[in-house]
Amino acid sequence: MRLLVNKVVLFLSTLSAVIGLVFLFWILITLTIKGLSSINFYIFTHDLVNNGLRNLLIGQFVLALIAVVIGVPIGMIAGIYLQEYSFGNKYAEFIRNLSDVMMSAPSIVIGTFVYAIIVNPIGHQSGWAGAIALAIMMIPIVVRTTDDMLGLVPKELREAGVAIGAPKYKVIIDIIIKAAKVGIMTGILLAFARIVGETAPLLFTSGNSEYFTLNLNEVFPSLTVAIYNLATMPDANLVKIAWAGAFILTLFVLIVNLLGRYIIKDKK
Amino acid sequence: MEALFKKVSALSATLILFLLTGIFVVLFIYAKPAIKEYGLHFLVDPRWGVEVSQNQNSVNNTANTSNQVATLQDSPQIVDSDTIDSDDDAIDTDNDLAADEDSDIAVNDDDIAAATTDTDIGSSTSNIKVVYGGLIPIVGTVLSTILAMAFAVPIAMGIAVFLSEIAPPFISKPVGIAIELLAAIPSIIYGMWGLFYFGPLISSIFGGGSVSLLVAGMVLAVMIIPFMASLTRDSMNTTPNVLKESAYAMGATKFEVIKDVIFPYAKKGIIGSMILALGRALGETMAVAFVIGGVFNFPHKLTDPTVSIPVVLANNFAESSGMSLHALFYLALILFVISFMVISFAKFYFLRDKE
Repeated sequence: MRLLVNKVVLFLSTLSAVIGLVFLFWILITLTIKGLSSINFYIFTHDLVNNGLRNLLIGQFVLALIAVVIGVPIGMIAGIYLQEYSFGNKYAEFIRNLSDVMMSAPSIVIGTFVYAIIVNPIGHQSGWAGAIALAIMMIPIVVRTTDDMLGLVPKELREAGVAIGAPKYKVIIDIIIKAAKVGIMTGILLAFARIVGETAPLLFTSGNSEYFTLNLNEVFPSLTVAIYNLATMPDANLVKIAWAGAFILTLFVLIVNLLGRYIIKDKK
Repeated sequence: MEALFKKVSALSATLILFLLTGIFVVLFIYAKPAIKEYGLHFLVDPRWGVEVSQNQNSVNNTANTSNQVATLQDSPQIVDSDTIDSDDDAIDTDNDLAADEDSDIAVNDDDIAAATTDTDIGSSTSNIKVVYGGLIPIVGTVLSTILAMAFAVPIAMGIAVFLSEIAPPFISKPVGIAIELLAAIPSIIYGMWGLFYFGPLISSIFGGGSVSLLVAGMVLAVMIIPFMASLTRDSMNTTPNVLKESAYAMGATKFEVIKDVIFPYAKKGIIGSMILALGRALGETMAVAFVIGGVFNFPHKLTDPTVSIPVVLANNFAESSGMSLHALFYLALILFVISFMVISFAKFYFLRDKE
């Protein structure tokens, strides 16, 4: 009887794993088929207004890149504080937990927040608003990564730095950060992969432009927002573009993730 | 220099606190007119923008799952307005509005006939109250999350048990990586897949439209399964081998080891990861927006379309103004507070001793 129960449970567990995997691979396969059949050279050289993806791909990349430029320094310095300056006090522990909570906050709420503080006062959507929304999403991820990675740096390195008479900030910048560089870079890479696929915070902050622009003061092209709009269009041609965009986006995110994994493994 | 660096770093850390409280305060300020107007009654009021106004157009745009943003909106506008009326009727009869409310709407229709571009402010001065209630999106959010959890928890547990206990390393490693990669796929992809492949399949099996509460719940489940499974596997893997081996040495079967050794040991971590996944499902926008239907309608059956808070925000925010915007901020505030509580509960209660 016990053996039977054991067999049944193990079978159910394996079955559920198979079911889960079937679903997940179903998604990837449909995405690949649809994506590959819709991708051609034309969409890379034309903007959305001419049924291409060029402006959207560049726009999304620029938004995420600016988010990195804004979010990474803030997140990193905050992470340094948590690990190096707090000496395990209650406040740091509180901030650490808060940052974890913020990491899971609904992305659409961050979109509404940025809408309230930037888009509404200015009166129109803009690339800056989108980038800032993404940066807010990114900060807690970078904080967490920096915090974790600095925690791995051996204490002896710090002591050695202090022993040669270097001030603490020099020790942190020149020794500790250098030691944790690979880990932090990987974390930033993964954070980038995560925010580049975000849609909800961009919906009403950056909006979406059909034209090529690099002017962050106006409505900015965004791939994910465009996918959302295009996929529900009745025009089959536009849906095709949406699939192509979705495929490129997923491919990019997966490649960056694999790259991050490879770097971590390589270091080990 | 040293002092400066320290100050800056402390400031950045405090920025996180500022950001979170800032989000709350800003949402509250913007939601205040709506809070003042409707109070807590908002939470149980099923009417959303019962007065037909300019905003109503944008609200009901979503009824046809034609989720265009202003830039892409041109001709379908005319087609929409036909369905708007029928939708409103449906909502009205559903909720058995009192007679005076009906007369209100009659007046509103006249109002619209007179001036279609009438906004909230204009109409409120003309003695007509626009009613916004959040019950339908709140119920939609809660139901879709519960459905998602009901589907996801058993499967995710199965995957986690499979990965950590059953599969040999040469299977569990690649499968584990695949699952983690799938957790990284943007949620909009899940939504698109749900709209074009999964929704039609479900509707052909269970009936109903290809957009419904059921489809939304299941797409959400598929989306959170990888996340939940990898977290659960991680907490299961923290069980020391010594414990497992001693149980095996007593003649326990694999199931008994899982049930009596691993689960009790990793219980907090497992429950914590489930709640984290729940928090994710609550606030998920894109995976749901494609497949829930976006109609302000009570789901009487699982296969009825309805709407959830993030979807209301995603579809209506950009085109709203006046009171409807405040009501949307009210909804956003509710969502923020709920998910904040859920996530902090998971973090502070269940996942604390993991750190």
